Amino acid sequence: MYENIALGKSKFQYQIFYFSIMHYTQSLLAAIYFIIGTSLYANTIPICSSCKVTSIKKGIEIAKDFDTLLIKKGVYKEFNILIDKPLTLLGENFPVIDGEDQGEIIRIVSDNVTVDGLFIINVGTSYTSDYAAIRVVRSEHFLIQNVVLEKLFFGIYLEKSNNGKVYHNKIIGDAKDEYNSGNGIQLWYSKNVEVDRNIVQGTRDGIYLEFSDHITINNNISTKNLRYGLHFMFSNDDVYTNNTFENNGAGVAVMFSKRILMKNNTFKKNWGTTSFGILLKEINDAEIIGNTFEENTIGINVEGSNRIKYNNNNFIRNGWAVKILGACYENTFSNNNFLHNSFDLSYNSKLNDNVFDSNYWSDYAGYDLDKNGIGDIPYRPVKLFSYIVNKTPETIVLLRSLFMDIIDFSEKVSPVFTPDNLLDANPLMKQVK
Amino acid sequence: MIQIENLHKKFGKNEVLLGLDLNIEKDGIFAVLGPNGSGKTTLIKSILGMVIPNQGTILMDGIAIKKNWKYRQQIDYLPQIANFPGNLKVKELIRMIKDLRQMPSEEERLIALFKLEPFLDKKLSTLSGGTKQKVNIVLAFMFDCPLLILDEPTTGLDPASLIHLKELIQNEKKNGKTILITSHIMQFVAEVADTIVYLLEGKIYFKGSIDELMTKTQQTNLEHAIAAIATTHDNA
Amino acid sequence: MLKILKYSFYDLIRSRWSYVYFLFYLILGFVLLFLNNDVSKAVITLMNIIIVLVPLIGTIFGIMYYYNSKEFTELLLAQPIKRSSIFLGQYLGVAGSLTMSLVLGLGIPFVLYGLFKSDAIFDFSLLLVTGAFLTMIFTALSFNIAISNENKIKGFGYAVLLWLFMAVIYDGLFLMSLIIFKEYPLDTFSLAATMFNPIDLSRTLILLKLDISALLGYTGAVFKQFFGTDQGLIISLLMLILWTVFPIWRLSYKSKRQDF
Repeated sequence: MYENIALGKSKFQYQIFYFSIMHYTQSLLAAIYFIIGTSLYANTIPICSSCKVTSIKKGIEIAKDFDTLLIKKGVYKEFNILIDKPLTLLGENFPVIDGEDQGEIIRIVSDNVTVDGLFIINVGTSYTSDYAAIRVVRSEHFLIQNVVLEKLFFGIYLEKSNNGKVYHNKIIGDAKDEYNSGNGIQLWYSKNVEVDRNIVQGTRDGIYLEFSDHITINNNISTKNLRYGLHFMFSNDDVYTNNTFENNGAGVAVMFSKRILMKNNTFKKNWGTTSFGILLKEINDAEIIGNTFEENTIGINVEGSNRIKYNNNNFIRNGWAVKILGACYENTFSNNNFLHNSFDLSYNSKLNDNVFDSNYWSDYAGYDLDKNGIGDIPYRPVKLFSYIVNKTPETIVLLRSLFMDIIDFSEKVSPVFTPDNLLDANPLMKQVK
Repeated sequence: MIQIENLHKKFGKNEVLLGLDLNIEKDGIFAVLGPNGSGKTTLIKSILGMVIPNQGTILMDGIAIKKNWKYRQQIDYLPQIANFPGNLKVKELIRMIKDLRQMPSEEERLIALFKLEPFLDKKLSTLSGGTKQKVNIVLAFMFDCPLLILDEPTTGLDPASLIHLKELIQNEKKNGKTILITSHIMQFVAEVADTIVYLLEGKIYFKGSIDELMTKTQQTNLEHAIAAIATTHDNA
Repeated sequence: MLKILKYSFYDLIRSRWSYVYFLFYLILGFVLLFLNNDVSKAVITLMNIIIVLVPLIGTIFGIMYYYNSKEFTELLLAQPIKRSSIFLGQYLGVAGSLTMSLVLGLGIPFVLYGLFKSDAIFDFSLLLVTGAFLTMIFTALSFNIAISNENKIKGFGYAVLLWLFMAVIYDGLFLMSLIIFKEYPLDTFSLAATMFNPIDLSRTLILLKLDISALLGYTGAVFKQFFGTDQGLIISLLMLILWTVFPIWRLSYKSKRQDF
């Protein structure tokens, strides 16, 4: 089917075909039409050490628009490959493109470019320019898929490029320090891009978005990155679902962005002093639904964020399930499960303008006499001890001591240090499924 | 057999023994007497190593007993208050003591003598005081040791058992053993004792036969003789 | 010593209190499991109970046994047995039977409930090891109190006070000093203070398992080294052993110099 991909003759045709990748079965009929209709006009140029064309650069030079470069298995020591016409670079059995640490490897400056099935290694490291394995500049309708990147600086860098797709790539970095490492997938001033089923590990930020709106990030696995698994800056109306973020330096950071939907993701084992599942900073009108936060130092760290809905999330064995700092207004938490966290909730102020309603709290010790599944006495998720730990962090060694239980109990009976209106009036007796 | 030199012991500020010297060299029955608090039990416990003296030495067959425990293999002891671990049965207690001492014993004869067979399977906590004392006696007499220490052996015994006890004591004497007894029953002492050791204010006030004691105190009755010691001393 | 241990042990495992203790844990185990339906949650609840209750029971049981078996002890003292053997034997008898009640009482329900198939098995074993240590330590401490106090009431009072101090008051003072001196670097101090209380020590061991995510949230380098590596586990276990050995040693030392 690879050949079919390259058959599109015009931008319009290609665009239709682009959709056919996304909706594979539906596109079958259309594909047949194109094979019959346009196969005469597009060429496939094979590239290998014994072929007529032996280098990728040469292949690009001689290719016409919408041709396919079929790169056969082998090692190609090339860098600064500039793709300036709509082409398909198709690797057969993962040919290796070795940049020999010289700099950028592939730069796409044309619309309708597809890069598929390449193994790219040894991107040059620089302190002045952000060399990437694949960089897309001011182009649209690109597709980067099935690419494996190793020994990289930046992985896939989208610069002011819209309406493309980054699909099923594997980016394995070996970053040691933040100052001389790059991000796995970076989007800068890009819109309507789909980032799906990628595996990113060992980079600085797994996936980084800056000024990028309407981005969809699904089914990615981002682990062991130095800083954030996923990082949003000044990006609005983005969606990320079904991703897994594990063991990243600090988790996922969502900063200065609006209307982000975070759904069904898993945040695990982000351990450390400033580690969290998600950091929310100056975020408004977001929705956090159906995510699982497991064994993070902080499940969600919230600073100055308003009107966020937290529904149906699972917080399991985190140090702090939710830590709220600074002014946060009109947030609602409902139908979440708080299971065996050291602290369910931490507040640093006495004011509360957020709503906690109908959550399940494993620490809840109340009863349900009327058997309606809702505890008859409210639950206070903020313990005095969490307040003390905020003030004097070393007191954490007294966690779970009888003395703490006693003073927590007295605070629960008559709140002095914690917001007295902060309570879940309808604590559930059973976990939310 | 036992040589005690310059034995001092105080409990807190209370000085009980003040340089006590005692030499028990020959066989026979020695009654250790004295008013309450004169140090009888302390003396006995010192010999047993249960009380550790502040000063002085105790030699048993020429060997110092300090920091030594094996010499207790030579001693049978009948404690004053017969209170045993309540969960044990009589049988088990006897077996346990045998197990601990690893010596030939003749408990069957003694059990028969004191008619303890019906109690063998009873727990010690359910026994009466007298029965407990009988068990106590069995435990003390069942081994063959050269030194026997009996602290108030007559407590709680019925007349028949008392007779058996006296017989036992006389028997052991015939076997050439040294027996140390404390008792407040002067009639019993008069009957069994060869030598009286009288303690007063932490020292040996008198040591000699009953006859010598009566001569010394010009009394015809042991009880009065003992009482006389106390009064003369008070007057002096 | 083994003989004394054997007799004390037999004596104890036939006493009513051992059964009460055993049954208590058995029932506790079953109730926790069948109310919660969740081994992990039961382990957490159990931990809260163990670090408070086990020391209390060890202390009270130890002191009661010592005073109750005074006559037995005297009987033994007149026998050709080394003194330290008598006391160590009795001590091990008490500590051993208590530990057995604890391990069996909690072990049976959890095993029946499918502990071996659960991933909480490590947490649970740690809990039992900690419980065993606490039993050994507090029984030894109570024996020390008893051997130094002829007066039962006084001894009993001191023992309860000891427990109260270790379980509650110590942590209160600890917390107060941390808050008062919060301007200073306190991580070394707080770890050291933990070492001087066996209850805190056991708690730390369990925290290492259950709350590691929270513990790693603190910045101090000493903390990080302690909680982030195996160092914490090793040091805590060593300190627990020290806490067990020291009172036993003192008991043996004291017993050689005591009048009865």
